Amino acid sequence: MLYMEMQEIIQVKGLTKSFKNLTAVNDLSFSVREGDVYGFLGQNGAGKSTTIRMLLTLIEPTAGSIDLFGLSLNSYRTEILRQVGAVIEKPDVYKYLSAIDNLQLFARLSGLKPTHLQLMQQLEMVGLASRAKDIVKTFSQGMKQRLGIAVALIHNPKLIILDEPTNGLDPQGIADIRNLIRHLSKDLNKTILVSSHLLNEIEQIATRVLIIDKGKKLVEGSAAELFDPAQTLIELETLDNESAFNKLVQSNWKQALQPRRASTILIKLHRDHIPNLHRDLVALDIPVLSLQPRHSLEDFFLQVTSGQYANTH
Amino acid sequence: MRTLINIELYKIFKRPRTYIAFAAITALIVMIQFGLKVDGKTYVDFMLNDLGSTLQIEGNILNGYLVCYVMLQLLLVHVPLLIALIAADMISGEANMGTLRVLLSKPYSRTQFMLAKFIASTIYTLLLLVWLAFLALFVSMWVFGTDDMFLMKSSYVVLLKENDVFWRYIGAFGFAALAMTTVAALGFFLSVFAENSIGPIVATMSVIIFFTILSTMNIPIFNLVKPYLFTTHMIGWKEFFDIQVTDANEAIVGSIQYPERIINSSIVLLIHIILFVAAAIVVFKKKDVLS
Amino acid sequence: MRTFIILLFTFHFSTFTSSAQDMTPLVMKVKAKLDQVNDYEADGKMKTDVAFIKAPVGKVKIYFKKPNKFRLRKDGGISLLPKGGVSVNMSSIVTTDEFVALAAGEAVVAGTKTKVVKMLPVNENSDVVLTTMYIDEANLLVRKAVTTTKENGTYEIEMTYGKFSNFGLPDKVTFSFNTKNYKLPKGLTLEFDDNEKPLTEEQKLKNKKGRVEIVYTNYIINKGIADTIFK
Repeated sequence: MLYMEMQEIIQVKGLTKSFKNLTAVNDLSFSVREGDVYGFLGQNGAGKSTTIRMLLTLIEPTAGSIDLFGLSLNSYRTEILRQVGAVIEKPDVYKYLSAIDNLQLFARLSGLKPTHLQLMQQLEMVGLASRAKDIVKTFSQGMKQRLGIAVALIHNPKLIILDEPTNGLDPQGIADIRNLIRHLSKDLNKTILVSSHLLNEIEQIATRVLIIDKGKKLVEGSAAELFDPAQTLIELETLDNESAFNKLVQSNWKQALQPRRASTILIKLHRDHIPNLHRDLVALDIPVLSLQPRHSLEDFFLQVTSGQYANTH
Repeated sequence: MRTLINIELYKIFKRPRTYIAFAAITALIVMIQFGLKVDGKTYVDFMLNDLGSTLQIEGNILNGYLVCYVMLQLLLVHVPLLIALIAADMISGEANMGTLRVLLSKPYSRTQFMLAKFIASTIYTLLLLVWLAFLALFVSMWVFGTDDMFLMKSSYVVLLKENDVFWRYIGAFGFAALAMTTVAALGFFLSVFAENSIGPIVATMSVIIFFTILSTMNIPIFNLVKPYLFTTHMIGWKEFFDIQVTDANEAIVGSIQYPERIINSSIVLLIHIILFVAAAIVVFKKKDVLS
Repeated sequence: MRTFIILLFTFHFSTFTSSAQDMTPLVMKVKAKLDQVNDYEADGKMKTDVAFIKAPVGKVKIYFKKPNKFRLRKDGGISLLPKGGVSVNMSSIVTTDEFVALAAGEAVVAGTKTKVVKMLPVNENSDVVLTTMYIDEANLLVRKAVTTTKENGTYEIEMTYGKFSNFGLPDKVTFSFNTKNYKLPKGLTLEFDDNEKPLTEEQKLKNKKGRVEIVYTNYIINKGIADTIFK
């Protein structure tokens, strides 16, 4: 191994990329620690894909430095890329080859000679074992996406970069990817950088988050650090939500209630007041099925990108 | 590096499009062989019309060696398109398919990647020529038999002894390989600039047609650039079929009239190949992969 | 060649005016010498020397059988022979059987003194218009013959003798004949390169004359030859 066990798997400093009339990434600095599931967020055109492509040496930075595994990407490109697997936007493989042939081809490119069994296991992991010998041309977009992920993981990389990995997937597929990411992170100690527009998906899996806009960093930090405790949302589920809602409207909690939703009741309050809520729910004789604090990443994201976050922090 | 080359060859030969070229050559050659077999005498009589008034020419004129020569003259104008189909697709095709970004995030340098791709497209070119040689020469020899080679150029006639022909074809095909590799190098270079294959393929053919016109038109101003155009030198294979004569006008078996032309053309083609490939690598190394 | 010479001597000769010397006796002597040979088979090397043809020397086999069977066959490969060089001989046999032999002075051919004999056909329909023979009287050998024909122009045959001179069989025969200028359109020959310079006048003249030279390496004489060879 050419790298030492470093806390920081990715360290980016002052990264800038200027095209002819546009600065896509502007003095961006961030770091990804070992074991992180690092959510990379931003609106369309914010510079996420450009940043990811620079991490993979597909684009040359105009300025700045990138270190992966503690090594300079410029100087140790080959060694570093052996440890990286990536799915970039819509992953494309060779349409005229079968799934297993594609997987084998990319495995060989990564320096491996996997057995047929190993290839099938990889396909099994992404739910494509039954289509192993089928030509990719016949695959749906979701299947191609899953094959792309299998390709990214075939060489057992330490760092996995996923750019919009759930594109084109159905809800089951999205859930599968989510579970896969959790498994890779928790069980296999992989470090994962994932960019996505599906904020609720990121919210469920990310340990740390970076939000960029117009190529600049807006915020970076752990989910817990970023979200305002005073703005904690509680999601309440009861046996009779209609009745519970009516009772709460007539109580002190009226102001804290959020607009009615079909299956749950949302209450915005300071984190420290959660025990009070517990007590009052019991006093109001509301049969509680579940009470969950919810970080609304979507709300947070909109807040940040509209500049409201900067005003209050 | 060998892994990369093997993978590139695997991709080329797994792709159905590759076999279009082999099929096209087969169809063309079989068609010409059929036509000459059925009606070759008319063709030969027509060519011999003028000469036949002074000389009595006997023997198997339309033999496999002559048939092969005729086919090479026709095909070596068209084979470049078939070469371009693959070579001009090498980079742009990957960009179009979206696989370029996956390939370039693998632990190989861009130079290695480009060299492997070029070597693979050269191997494809050579295999295409081997197939061409097999059909045009060996099958013609089988169908039409062999004899001396009676070659009618526009202002003189060359008669090559039967045992003095085969080695010339080895040389000619070797030279043709160099010429076609130059076409591959051009297509490869143009492939770097596009994200779909049609553009580079059309561009390659356009360059070849344009330069061929410059090479063949006898206009003084064009003569200044002719020596530097690779198309001028691509037809150098014909020099293998011209022979020296003694002062007594006796052909010297085993000789070539202008061997220096062959050497010169080979060098020019080789320089073109090196320049095209080097330029492709230089451009590609700096290229931002946005596909 | 040989056929041509022999066959000319099988003709009948009629009387002629006294103003020209009759060379018939000399011609008959030469014929008698040639008549020793009933047949022969010879190996030879044939060289085609035409300005616009580049050809290597080729091996040939020549067969002759009295009175007028002649065959030249290239030992494999493509052969280029002057048109009429052989056929004129053949047509001479077929169409003409009368010649008048007249003296026309003397000349030196390749360092040998010869008597010049003009052979005029009696028959006006003969393809041969005139033949001039240069006969080496001392050795009874024809050194040179120049024939003008209606169909195939004029051609010249020159002979050199060696060890078979006793039989009147030459070591080397050279045919000289006229050729047309050779030119094929480039579109037809698919030549797109243009490396040639235009021909000089001298080269153009050279283009108009051609020679075929046969050097005989051995003769097998009077051993019998089957007629099938000449088919």
